Amino acid sequence: MEQAVRPSRIIQIGLVIFFVGLLAIPIVYKRHQRGEASKAANVSEPQALSRYGFYLQESSKASGIDFIHQAPTLDVKLAHIMNLVASMGAAVSIVDFDRDGWEDIYVVNSKQGSRNALYRNLGNGTFRDVAAEVGLADVNLQGTGVSTGAVWGDYDNDGYEDVFLYKWGKPELFHNDGGKHFTRVTEQAGLPSWVNANTAVWFDYDNDGKLDLFLGGYYPEDVDLWHLKTTKIMPNSFEYADNGGRKYLFHNLGNGRFEEVSAKMGIKSRRWSLAAVAADLRGTGYPDLFVANDYGVSELYLNEGGKRFREVGKEAGVGFSPKSGMTASVGDVLNQGQFDVYVTNISEEGVLVQGNNLWMPKAQKSKSAIRYENMANTFGVELGGWSFGGQFADLNNDGFLDLYVATGNVSLDHDHSYWYDYSKIAGGNQAIISDTANWPSLKGRSLSGYQHKRVWINDGAGRFKEVAQMVGVKDVYDGRSVAMADFENRGALDVVVANQRGPLLLYKNTVAPGKHWIEFDLEGQRSNRSAIGAEVRVFWAGQEQLQQVSGGSGFCSQNERRLHFGLGKATSIDRVEIRWPSGIKQTLTNPRIDEMHKVKEPL
Amino acid sequence: MIRANSVNALASTGKAENRMSAIGRFFSAENRYLPPLLITLILVAGQAKFGLLESFSRTALAIVTSMILDLVLARLVIRKWPNLASAYITGISVGILVRSPAFWPYALCSALAITSKYAIRWRGRHLFNPSNLAISAMLLLVPEYVAALSIQWGNDVWPLVIVWILGAFIVWRVRRFHITLTYVVSFVAFSALRSVIVGDSFLAEVAPITGPMYQLFIFFMITDPRTTVKSMRGRCLVAFLVAAMEMVLRLADNVNAPFYALTIVGPIAMAIDIWRTSKRRPNGTLRPEVRAGSVEAPAL
Repeated sequence: MEQAVRPSRIIQIGLVIFFVGLLAIPIVYKRHQRGEASKAANVSEPQALSRYGFYLQESSKASGIDFIHQAPTLDVKLAHIMNLVASMGAAVSIVDFDRDGWEDIYVVNSKQGSRNALYRNLGNGTFRDVAAEVGLADVNLQGTGVSTGAVWGDYDNDGYEDVFLYKWGKPELFHNDGGKHFTRVTEQAGLPSWVNANTAVWFDYDNDGKLDLFLGGYYPEDVDLWHLKTTKIMPNSFEYADNGGRKYLFHNLGNGRFEEVSAKMGIKSRRWSLAAVAADLRGTGYPDLFVANDYGVSELYLNEGGKRFREVGKEAGVGFSPKSGMTASVGDVLNQGQFDVYVTNISEEGVLVQGNNLWMPKAQKSKSAIRYENMANTFGVELGGWSFGGQFADLNNDGFLDLYVATGNVSLDHDHSYWYDYSKIAGGNQAIISDTANWPSLKGRSLSGYQHKRVWINDGAGRFKEVAQMVGVKDVYDGRSVAMADFENRGALDVVVANQRGPLLLYKNTVAPGKHWIEFDLEGQRSNRSAIGAEVRVFWAGQEQLQQVSGGSGFCSQNERRLHFGLGKATSIDRVEIRWPSGIKQTLTNPRIDEMHKVKEPL
Repeated sequence: MIRANSVNALASTGKAENRMSAIGRFFSAENRYLPPLLITLILVAGQAKFGLLESFSRTALAIVTSMILDLVLARLVIRKWPNLASAYITGISVGILVRSPAFWPYALCSALAITSKYAIRWRGRHLFNPSNLAISAMLLLVPEYVAALSIQWGNDVWPLVIVWILGAFIVWRVRRFHITLTYVVSFVAFSALRSVIVGDSFLAEVAPITGPMYQLFIFFMITDPRTTVKSMRGRCLVAFLVAAMEMVLRLADNVNAPFYALTIVGPIAMAIDIWRTSKRRPNGTLRPEVRAGSVEAPAL
């Protein structure tokens, strides 16, 4: 009988040492990481300014902002998981609604009977809520659903930004009457009676000079969350769900009316949409549409000359590995003159490590196709806990776009987590997961609660560094919607964060001296007057950065329409190229830096 | 003519028998390449349909690490060229079951699994299921970067049916189906018990076993011939105890309960089995299957 060869004692000992060494690698690596983090966390404001070039000071109270988001109370059949289902609704968008040159803040509320707020920027560092005065406060009445977000766009080109309010309920359109009052024009516009929406964007998909509107449903539109006919309302899969709300594409007919054309234009998805962003991703002159979906893959709708959309998510590489998409933002991360797309997802230690996606285009062979590669891991912007809203912005004016990500899902009992029960049900068969009656009770536990935010600064060479704690972002509210604006017209982007069941935070930004900037406030003439979709390329010191005027991005948010470019230490710029949605191209040569430039589309 | 026909008929029969015996050999328990082939089929189909892997490159990294390290350690430790089917399966199981957006956990997990095969032995036999031990270690040590497969095959019934057909076929061929069956029955019974204890619905408690990760676990991990005990009754008892330990861990809200349960119960059962076997074989001779070049079909 053959005997097994027995290894020598030295080899046996060596093997054990090698095995223990392998086990020790991650422990040593983690200790090293923790040490670095704890050293960095004790950074003072002057040190942060010196090291990272900026510091964010939470200033909501000092600025006169005292808004607390209230969550809805839904049908009693959902009582056992109420905080889980009612975990969205906090949203913020930026607008200069009265054209006084100062950016204002609109923030929505989600409890029945609660009021939305419109914080008018008084130009002296403080704000005053004027929502009730202008008719935008009392919009969450019983029976009409509750607000989940708002996007601003001048749909009738009268020079004032109108607002589309989306809800888990009846969507509303308000016309801006000269910056003094808003008139409800929902019926005239022909909007549907009920949509459980979590995303909407204004964009002019056919470049006819009139803003159109995309609206993405989350729960199906026949579900009234306050009067449930069935408990089978949940997704039929945690990663492949296709039983969510329908999508709407409203074509602006130009007389205050809209025609719903989604099916005609090729948008037929029933995925659970949480975010969308429109941008010309291929340089065709027409805006494409990127939709991030919860419980599934993202979708990329290529705009075929304004005549039809073609969904190519799978071919493009963004629609293959399903996750829990919660934000969609575009930014030119490496100053290459092209848009990258950032999508947030869920990462929870040892349970579900999806990682966020930074989709960067590969070399493009033709305008009819585009391929993306996920570079989030390489760039260091992947692990962000339970990430919701994310926005690109050059926070330290060094010439490269940084990234702010709001995190945290449900913060209740600090010491008890719902993750075990959540994972139990999430992996089950669709007949089990889709019925709320099968979902274990939340019992006051948290689900990825009390999370620290992520502020990633871009080194411009392919790496981001996480500095939130060091630059003053220390809150642990359940962050949802993030919007950026230069509220004091001083060349620094401030950050506004809407938190679920939490306060609206205003992080005022102090940028270290010596960094330059330039801003543009565009107004369309042949194009839509909001200039949504206009692209601006700034060329300086060998850099080329592309930005666009957006009609909504991130999670339930909209940045200021003005475009802000950090320039680092450069004292001049070569030129600025503007491509208007109408196709008109305009070049500004050597515009002055450290100024905001108002630019009208040439006729 | 008649004779010629008879010869032809005999020749045809012989060919048919040869064909049958070739097919029989291919599907036999001794064909070490059948499980890797079928698991690869599951993997490729799952990736094509669901994109269940983080990426092919990460899985490839796990497989290559596993096979290279197995070659090196086999030469070093037993001074023989190993059959790489087992290392391939270890690598592929790491590639499927480990979920991480980073690359390094796949290499590290494979390295841990293969090294454990050589480093942790008693009387020439494994104590731990290699990939189970490695995945448990990763989940314990680096949960920030690693999770186990859970929801990535969707919640549809068809992937389960396919895995059940292929899985049942494989474990039936290696005569381990009773382990799977015992575990499933035990899990369902414990689900009912947990439902009573924690107050959640029975469907919520039984839900995990209707998901894809469990299909891999019950067919390809707990049935590993090299890390199961000798007697059929003993194997059924171990499967029951794994399910029981899992219930205890589940009551403590442990998300990765099945992996940890097997990591705890498996080596204890193996140690008892080895001790009992050695008592019966005082000269310390090893079971034939533990020698280098063993013919038993590998599992996860």
